[in-house]
Amino acid sequence: MILTVASGKGGTGKTTVAVNMALSLENVQLLDCDVEEPNSHILLQPKINETKPVYTKVPVVSEELCDYCGKCSKFCAYNALFVAPKTVMVFPELCHNCGGCSLVCPKNAITEKERQIGAIKKGESKGVEIVYGELNVGEAMAVPLIRAVKNQMKSNKNVIIDAPPGTACSLVASVHKTDYCILVTEPTPFGLHDLKITVQVLKDLGVPMGVIINRAGLGDRKVYEYCKKENIPLLLEIPFSKKIAELYSRGVPFVEKMPEWKEKFLEVQDNIKR
Amino acid sequence: MMVKEITVLSGKGGTGKTSVAASLAVLTKRTVMTDCDVDAPDLHLLLKPEVLETQEFKASRVAVIDEEKCVQCGKCEEHCRFDAIEKLIIDPILCEGCGVCAYICPVAAIELEKRVSGYAFISKTKYGPMSHALLNPGEENSGKLVSLVRKNAKKVAEKENCELIINDGPPGIGCPVIASVGGVDMGLIVVEPTLSGIHDMERALGLLSHFKIPSLVCVNKYDLNEENTSRIVEFCGSNGVEVVGKIPFDQIVTESMVAGKPIVEYSPESRVSKAIAELWKQTLKHV
Repeated sequence: MILTVASGKGGTGKTTVAVNMALSLENVQLLDCDVEEPNSHILLQPKINETKPVYTKVPVVSEELCDYCGKCSKFCAYNALFVAPKTVMVFPELCHNCGGCSLVCPKNAITEKERQIGAIKKGESKGVEIVYGELNVGEAMAVPLIRAVKNQMKSNKNVIIDAPPGTACSLVASVHKTDYCILVTEPTPFGLHDLKITVQVLKDLGVPMGVIINRAGLGDRKVYEYCKKENIPLLLEIPFSKKIAELYSRGVPFVEKMPEWKEKFLEVQDNIKR
Repeated sequence: MMVKEITVLSGKGGTGKTSVAASLAVLTKRTVMTDCDVDAPDLHLLLKPEVLETQEFKASRVAVIDEEKCVQCGKCEEHCRFDAIEKLIIDPILCEGCGVCAYICPVAAIELEKRVSGYAFISKTKYGPMSHALLNPGEENSGKLVSLVRKNAKKVAEKENCELIINDGPPGIGCPVIASVGGVDMGLIVVEPTLSGIHDMERALGLLSHFKIPSLVCVNKYDLNEENTSRIVEFCGSNGVEVVGKIPFDQIVTESMVAGKPIVEYSPESRVSKAIAELWKQTLKHV
């Protein structure tokens, strides 16, 4: 079973849920797809046993062969190439690696070279296998790295994917082809607003979903009313508690100090399976 | 007159960017506010803009196969690097609109259709003008929409004779964040005193220095873990970054959010509001 933990709004507790759930279930592989700001390794402190660089391909234009016809830059949907009368400029951060420019070049002047955009790290902690991606600072495109993390998925494991915040392409890449999505929200107007957008993404993708309300007790009841109206099951409430917040601030998963919660996460898994 | 531009960012989500930015809207005059978090925008929930102008944002294209023309040669599938074509069916979610399939198709059965990926808005609020947007759920090109939001803000700033633009940035350090900080005069990082918050702040500071943008830091909910707050102050000190303020934790911030008001307006005498006013005073010394 592949479970994704997502939220829309940042800081609602995705990583808290993903990590504590991973520690509560058996035979888990945790994939941290928040490659811009991965945090699950901070809570799990895994021993890293493999680091793999991740590359994307970018065009290289041979000035000898190029006759500055401009077909490549006209074709490029991402404005990654600029052709002037006597020179060609490549903007590697804008390139999506579609390969179009080398296809359309009539002089075969374009080849491709690899460019590192980040790395994936694999490790193990407390019986949980973890894979996470780290986007190099200054790199714009997270999706190829998210795909590289997901390529490490093991089908014989209970897979938990920790998704990035937001509702755009990075979320779609993370949640695509997963069996179920847990939406973590907080009972505030910000939490509700971003939850609604995320629900729309999941409906478009056809991924079944349920909600975990974090920091329950804060805010208002509107998230509860919305879930009821939309028929989205409420899987769990995690109360607002200074103890949980304090444990998180020190990087301690709360099930380690409050083991009674393991049972609750197991129940969540059972409910999802049903 | 030169318009100055500040972006509020954080790396980690949910540290309080929008709560701080909304308060700055109240504390400043002749300022254009923007919400650069175009896929999960929240600033409008506090500033309650009245939309004056709506623009369609058409940036992305999606490939469509004409089944009648298709001869099922499979070349499109072979050349698509996004695995968006499977058994001659295009998955619009995976398609990045590059156009390779349409180019390679020997019978011209594939066309690229432009799609509306979102909307940009120019609005007025009781605190001043606002530029914001909404990306359609699951869309790409959030960075381009952020650039449009900032372009609109600059136009409004010139027209309305404003001297400052404050951008409420998105979380992360990728495409939309880069689009939110490129060329601004200052990045103000809101950090929470958790290990994750510190880790993400370091990456956000790295991003600002990569683009040679001066940075300031303020610690939100600093009293939730004072030991971590000291670590942040120490880290910033040894990296030449000034900590311009420390905001205490108080549930009144959530109350103000539920009331739909910036905290400095909802409860001007609260400790949180005073701390935000002070951090803004310190920030202005650098802008």
